[in-house]
Amino acid sequence: MISMTPRKHIPLSLTLLTPAVAIFLTLAVGVAIFGLLGFSPFDSLYTFFVAPISRPDQIGDLFVKACPLIITATGLVFCFRANVWNIGAEGQLIFGAIFSGWVALNFPDWPAMSLMPAMVLASIIGGICWAMIPALLKVRFNTNEILVSLMLTYVAALFIDWLVRGPWRDPMSFGFPLTKMYSDAGLIQRIDLPIVGTLGQLHWGVIGALLLAVAGGFVLSRTILGFQIKVMGDAPRAGQFAGFEPHLVTIGVMAIAGGAAGLAGMIEVSASMGQLQPNVSFGYGFTAIIVAFLARLNPIGVIFAGLIVALAELGGDYAQIALGMPKVVTGVFKGILLFMLLAGEIFNRYHITWRRPAVMPVSKGR
Amino acid sequence: MEALILTVLLTSVPLIFAATGELVAERSGVLNLGVEGMMLMGAVSAFAATSIFGNPYMGILAGALAGAMTAAVFSLFALGLATNQVATGLALTIFGSGLSGLVGAPYVGGTVDGLPNLAIPILVDVPIIGNLLFNHDIMAYLSIGVLMLVAWFLNRTRAGLVLRAVGNSHDSAHALGYRVLLVRFGAVSFGGLMAGLGGAYLPLMLTPHWSEGMTAGRGWIALALVVFASWIPSRILIGALLFGGITIMQLAGQARGWTVPSQMLSMLPYIATIIVLVLIARNRDFALANSPACLGRLFISNK
Repeated sequence: MISMTPRKHIPLSLTLLTPAVAIFLTLAVGVAIFGLLGFSPFDSLYTFFVAPISRPDQIGDLFVKACPLIITATGLVFCFRANVWNIGAEGQLIFGAIFSGWVALNFPDWPAMSLMPAMVLASIIGGICWAMIPALLKVRFNTNEILVSLMLTYVAALFIDWLVRGPWRDPMSFGFPLTKMYSDAGLIQRIDLPIVGTLGQLHWGVIGALLLAVAGGFVLSRTILGFQIKVMGDAPRAGQFAGFEPHLVTIGVMAIAGGAAGLAGMIEVSASMGQLQPNVSFGYGFTAIIVAFLARLNPIGVIFAGLIVALAELGGDYAQIALGMPKVVTGVFKGILLFMLLAGEIFNRYHITWRRPAVMPVSKGR
Repeated sequence: MEALILTVLLTSVPLIFAATGELVAERSGVLNLGVEGMMLMGAVSAFAATSIFGNPYMGILAGALAGAMTAAVFSLFALGLATNQVATGLALTIFGSGLSGLVGAPYVGGTVDGLPNLAIPILVDVPIIGNLLFNHDIMAYLSIGVLMLVAWFLNRTRAGLVLRAVGNSHDSAHALGYRVLLVRFGAVSFGGLMAGLGGAYLPLMLTPHWSEGMTAGRGWIALALVVFASWIPSRILIGALLFGGITIMQLAGQARGWTVPSQMLSMLPYIATIIVLVLIARNRDFALANSPACLGRLFISNK
């Protein structure tokens, strides 16, 4: 019988080793599944993980793909650390795009100096507004934030679909569900590097994402707010005795996650699309959940985790073109990766041994 | 009008299956958020099996099996390794959505023949209600049968009592010598089987084709239905019919040329779910009276 004893001290080597082992096992299982379904395992691996980064400009694209994931996951880290299960970041991202889109479409004449900050602010407000619905319902009525935030994602997706097909559609779009293009001032520019010039699609939003992750790491590890969040997640009763307000923490982390997701939506549209369309997000809000876990709920780790998952996402695009696989296959990798990471967490937390059956039970609630 | 009511009944069948299965799993103390993924696996397997064998009954079987197998993946991690149930359930949904898309890719665009209706003799000739209630496919009857069976099992059998005990206090149940993990494995597998059946119903009866993510959040609505039913099986029927009605309202609205945009009507089931969750949660005593005390908590036996 398997026996699990909590570890008193988690060695650093284990902390770093776990994600690596999880990634390796994910690849092994993924290849096995592809093999079973009749795809050549090594072709699939190459297409997924090597082809997308075989040229320098593709490195830039990798960062671009990681950008919304890093931003959104940084916000989600705060939620998950506080044991608040916001899984509706996708909807919050969409509302960030909608709010900033409203600003961009209504004030096209503003110079970039004022339009860009206004759009950033609007996107953050949009994301927070959408996140406040599950947050306030949870605080006020104790409703389940998982289900509410998820249902709101479907609502948000339908809402933007209505906007771009209905009231916000560009009359000159020949019937396509697209809004007008943003003015140049509302677009995020590519980074013009010295000597090499632009590197793929690499844009200034990526720098923002990296800074945000670092700032998130600082808030979580060095401020009283971060401390409160961690205590409320790990030991809510201790937090209450310490005088922390659980409701305020819930609202706070939801606002952080919603605002971050909203910002990701704005950057994604302004940097890569230039106008609103029915699909402003390709599941980034859900993928960011995996990024947050791969990063072991650490904002600095989110940067690396974001790049790794972005590679799988790009690989999905390549596999679609080269192997004719549907785009959702990345979901197979993402799902297995999350399974492996969660299992790794247990091996970290507990010392697992094989022993004779138990006599006295001790249970451990989370 | 009769056609409308029939559609409402058909729409609620997958919800009844999935919610009943999840209710059993939750009563044993396991929160499996992977219903959507299990339903998708059930749907794609049912469609594939029906296309291959040309027989929708093989589809039912394949759907149920696929659901149970997907649930076994959840059990492996959440029960075997005691991983966080919320995150593991999410992983299962992501995994199921991806794998179903991969498996189903060759079948996109195809169609299959649905299940035949089996009229119950004599009863079907009863005026007004006869055709509504007694002229359905086998899965519609089965969904009601399973619901009644589960209600009986949970409240009237010894095994049902053990299952509820495991869900309410896994430590006590363990101390009494019951195999907590085994009971939970059974409950989760049953939940997967039911979710698979619910998923199978979509391509077999509701829309005779396969498309990625065709469950469109039904798995999540089934999870909400369990909360709505406050963990009492009979109330699932009411909830499922209610949601079936709301889903159909959008079709009826379009048919009658309502001026409301179609997207707004499509939002109704999701908004209704939120409203229902709030209404239920407001009355804490009612909402939590039958809520399993150990729901979502990890069970780890030491020493």
